[in-house]
Amino acid sequence: LDHGSGGLASQELIENLFIKHLDNPILRNLEDSAILENKPGNIAFTTDSYVVDPLFFPGGDIGKLAVHGTINDLAMRGAEPQGLSLGLILEEGFSLDELERVIISVAEACREADVYVVTGDTKVVPRGKADKIFINTAGVGIVDPKLQISSKKARAGDSIILSGSMGDHGITIMSKQAGIAIDGNLRSDTMALHKMVAKLLAELPAGSIHTLRDPTRGGVATTLNEIAGNSKLEIELIEESLPIRANVRAACEMLGLDPLYLANEGKCLIIVSPEQTELALQILHKTKEGQEAVVIGSLKEGKAGRVLVTTPIGGARVVTPLHGEPLPRIC
Amino acid sequence: MKGVEIFIRGTVQGVGFRPFIYNLARQHGLSGTVCNTGDGVAIHTSCSKEELEAFIGAVRSKAPPLSRIQSIEHGPKEIEIEDGRFTISKSSGTSSADASIPPDIALCADCLSEMQDPNDPRFAYPFINCTNCGPRFTIVEKIPYDRQQTSMKVFPMCEACTRDYEDPGNRRFHAQPNACPLCGPQVSWHDQAGNKIETKSPLTDTAVALAANKLVAIRGLGGFHLSCNALEEKAVAQLRERKRRPHKPLAIMVQSIDIAKKYCFISEQEIALLSSIEHPIVLLQKRPDTDLAQGLAPHITELGIMLAYTPLHHLLFQESTCPQALVMTSGNSSGTPICTGNAEAIDRLGPIVDNFLLHNRDIVTRIDDSVTRVSGKKPLILRRARGYVPSPIHCKWTLPATIGCGGGLKSTFCLGKKNSLFTSQHIGDLSNLESYDFFQESIEHLKKVFDIEPEIAVCDLHPDYLSTHYAKALGIPLYQVQHHHAHATAVMAEHGLKDPVIAIILDGTGYGDDGTSWGGEILQADLTSFTRLAHLSHLRLPGGDKAATEPWRMGISALHSLYGDGLSDKNIPTALRQIERDKREPLLSMLNNNFNSPLTSSCGRLFDTVSSLLGICQKMSYEGQAAMELEDRARRCLNSTWKNDLISEDYDQFPFLLDDRGITWEINSLQLIKTVLDDIQMGKKTPEIALRFHLLLIKNITALTLQLCTQTGLNQVVLSGGCMQNAIILEGLRHTMATHNISVFTGENIPINDGGISLGQTITGGLQHVSRNSHEGNQGRG
Ligand SMILES: [Fe+3]
Ligand SMILES: [Mg+2]
Ligand SMILES: [Zn+2]
Ligand SMILES: [Zn+2]
Repeated sequence: LDHGSGGLASQELIENLFIKHLDNPILRNLEDSAILENKPGNIAFTTDSYVVDPLFFPGGDIGKLAVHGTINDLAMRGAEPQGLSLGLILEEGFSLDELERVIISVAEACREADVYVVTGDTKVVPRGKADKIFINTAGVGIVDPKLQISSKKARAGDSIILSGSMGDHGITIMSKQAGIAIDGNLRSDTMALHKMVAKLLAELPAGSIHTLRDPTRGGVATTLNEIAGNSKLEIELIEESLPIRANVRAACEMLGLDPLYLANEGKCLIIVSPEQTELALQILHKTKEGQEAVVIGSLKEGKAGRVLVTTPIGGARVVTPLHGEPLPRIC
Repeated sequence: MKGVEIFIRGTVQGVGFRPFIYNLARQHGLSGTVCNTGDGVAIHTSCSKEELEAFIGAVRSKAPPLSRIQSIEHGPKEIEIEDGRFTISKSSGTSSADASIPPDIALCADCLSEMQDPNDPRFAYPFINCTNCGPRFTIVEKIPYDRQQTSMKVFPMCEACTRDYEDPGNRRFHAQPNACPLCGPQVSWHDQAGNKIETKSPLTDTAVALAANKLVAIRGLGGFHLSCNALEEKAVAQLRERKRRPHKPLAIMVQSIDIAKKYCFISEQEIALLSSIEHPIVLLQKRPDTDLAQGLAPHITELGIMLAYTPLHHLLFQESTCPQALVMTSGNSSGTPICTGNAEAIDRLGPIVDNFLLHNRDIVTRIDDSVTRVSGKKPLILRRARGYVPSPIHCKWTLPATIGCGGGLKSTFCLGKKNSLFTSQHIGDLSNLESYDFFQESIEHLKKVFDIEPEIAVCDLHPDYLSTHYAKALGIPLYQVQHHHAHATAVMAEHGLKDPVIAIILDGTGYGDDGTSWGGEILQADLTSFTRLAHLSHLRLPGGDKAATEPWRMGISALHSLYGDGLSDKNIPTALRQIERDKREPLLSMLNNNFNSPLTSSCGRLFDTVSSLLGICQKMSYEGQAAMELEDRARRCLNSTWKNDLISEDYDQFPFLLDDRGITWEINSLQLIKTVLDDIQMGKKTPEIALRFHLLLIKNITALTLQLCTQTGLNQVVLSGGCMQNAIILEGLRHTMATHNISVFTGENIPINDGGISLGQTITGGLQHVSRNSHEGNQGRG
């Protein structure tokens, strides 16, 4: 890929690539903006940018992340996704083959999720001004105005369900970065969760689900700190109940990382009323995305904003939110 | 009438001060009154100038053993006195930081002999005490220190006790915890589930259980001890297993110096420290071939011993069946604070112990045993708790009401006001919830006890310490003090040093003002600012904090830095070849990719590295294990002239490096490590290599310090930081500095480890606040 005034040819190439792989009736118009059908409900609107090294990793790639991430952000407010935008920033010299792999991956993720790219844009910038490829996706969804899902809505006594194992995405990326050989089963969990969420909302009595959050950057620990802060409640996690795969645990041990802080791309935290916890688990277990869902803790009155993990011996420890890299603290 | 008021400040309440004044005034033929006030003790009398001087002289020279006089002021005053009489009048006023409550003091000789006298009303009574001994800080709810404000309030005194309490001539005059078997607290014997077992003598049962290698939780002064027979391998192994404490040394208690001498080599200074009124744990050199269980301190020849300090301990040892040496370790499960309440202990310790020896006097404030050692003939406090807390450190400077929130692991906090600095007892690792709760409760309690409402907060620069989170949430002006600067200023405050010093801080980890991890630092410091002059050259920490608990990572990391791609089995020492390849390879890969491998100038990690390369310790089960075991090996070949060798012998001294910016000097850590590797190659013995490493480090630090002293024109050196707990390093540096006529200061009353950080923060943050305010004030006027 090159960049600059002579870039017209490559621009065409890219557009062809889009149409070839992402084709759908709305995108095909190639107008300045996409027009979506007006459906009853409120509009949910979100955006996220994706930068990841490496671009391709076991279980996924940057393209899948970009689709799943934005769909999940819509799903976490209970919205039904209507369409995505796809913005690409490419570094001069980025290979067309790799770009095509990414676009194919985006297309696959869209088909599987039944949510499509309805508008897009591409820019190529000089070498060194970007790192291979950056993707921005925005998404629009429709949400039932009666749904009031928010991290402020968590109540004392509520259960915290995690829809599956913790840290799979983060450790996959980190292991690659550290250059350590990856055990065959270690793979990113990236997936779209809107269908699972829709099922949960449809089958549970109205108002049972108080909060939905996807614990992406900063992991379960950071997301729960936000929930505890917003709801002014204390969160207590039970260490033995935290779902961590043995290979993830072993890699964390080696790399000196804590699975509670690792990013997830296909999991969500579900804060549900205590009465409906059992039913919620039953529903989740019947879905592909939530078959390993477990209760990991609960909310209670106590010190507002605090997250604790209780261990079988040695009492409890405080789980603080992390800003940036963990820094050595043992004196 | 016209008279004089004499006002005495310091630790003068609850130490028999008023009866002392009463008796002294009568001897001097003075009439008047004495009373406690919120700030100290006030004496009203009328006498000539000469009489006054003689009286004040006698107050100073004869003051009761537990009192500490900070100041005596006097001035004319309109007074009312009954002619010819001297009386003790009622307390007045409210509490204030100036009227310190005394710490808890070991049983005194008078009480001990009464307790052993069958005709005494307090014969064999486990709670005997007087104004010269017994519980204080641990039973106080608030001040003024008065029985009704302590946990003794639920024990109304019997007639006889009341008489003693009210008689100014009696040793128990106003002894707040005064009690006897008729009216005071009692002990009781319980099974593992906490059910009371009826018995004539709970202490006999305890002794029998301990002799049968049972594990007993004993409720004491500031919390529970877990106790077992220290002479039986089986008993010690069982305690370690149940407490999940595989290696960390266990302290023992014995009844007398004579028995302690059977187990350890003890100097005059060490005897004095063991039997001081505080009765701390003293770290001593163990004799070879004693009948103590080897499991008390695996791989280490040092042993912590304390003497029986409560009447209950003495009565226990007097039982004929009781083992001569008992393990007495904090009654907690690993990592949590010491238990204090009966129900809490039964709940938490029940799964660990076989029996409980309980009592019914509430512990208001929990406190662990203090840990000390003698270094260079002076006592050093390494863990400041029972016996020392809450005695303040007095400083020369006037501080605003300040709270220093301390560090992360061996945490304490400090409340400062005016000239007094009150450092809390050892609190522990704040990441443990119970410790963090204990931290917050203690802050509230001490604020009340000393009547200090902090106006400013001070904390570390580390963003992830819970003490930092706590300080930031207080919502008052916040000052952040660099970790090693605080290590330095703690010592400066203790010794009243105002002028800039060279501070050698050998430490584990502290957050540097450049965002990297520091730990082997030479600073130029004054009380409010510092410059980093030099540091140990960087090592990498593969796995971050994981590398601080697994020395094998440091071993591999050093080899990687030395040999890079050339690293092969040939240059890996045998000790590390045993680490499986499937752990070694990923670690090298992390280092090659610079993944979670931050740089550090830590001295602690340098010790860990050498400990690993020598195969001494590859994985730690307690903080400081690798360094302690390394020191212990070195000690095995320490001869009596080692300090002189340090001066005379020509050890290699490596050229110092200048860092990238050409400003800061570096001691070449890798060169030190290379020497160790060469010695291993040559087949030298481990203790010899360990000692040579110690001496080389001292030598290099000394050489650079001398250069920096010349460069800066300073000749006062402060030694601090966790690694200075290494007695070889501390004494070695003291010796080399003294030889070059440099004055050396180190923390004596305040721990040189992170237990001292809060005090350093308080003085530095407090004075920064003062200077900022006066600066702003001046600007406002100008
Ligand atoms: Fe430190
Ligand atoms: Mg987002
Ligand atoms: Zn006494
Ligand atoms: Zn009595």
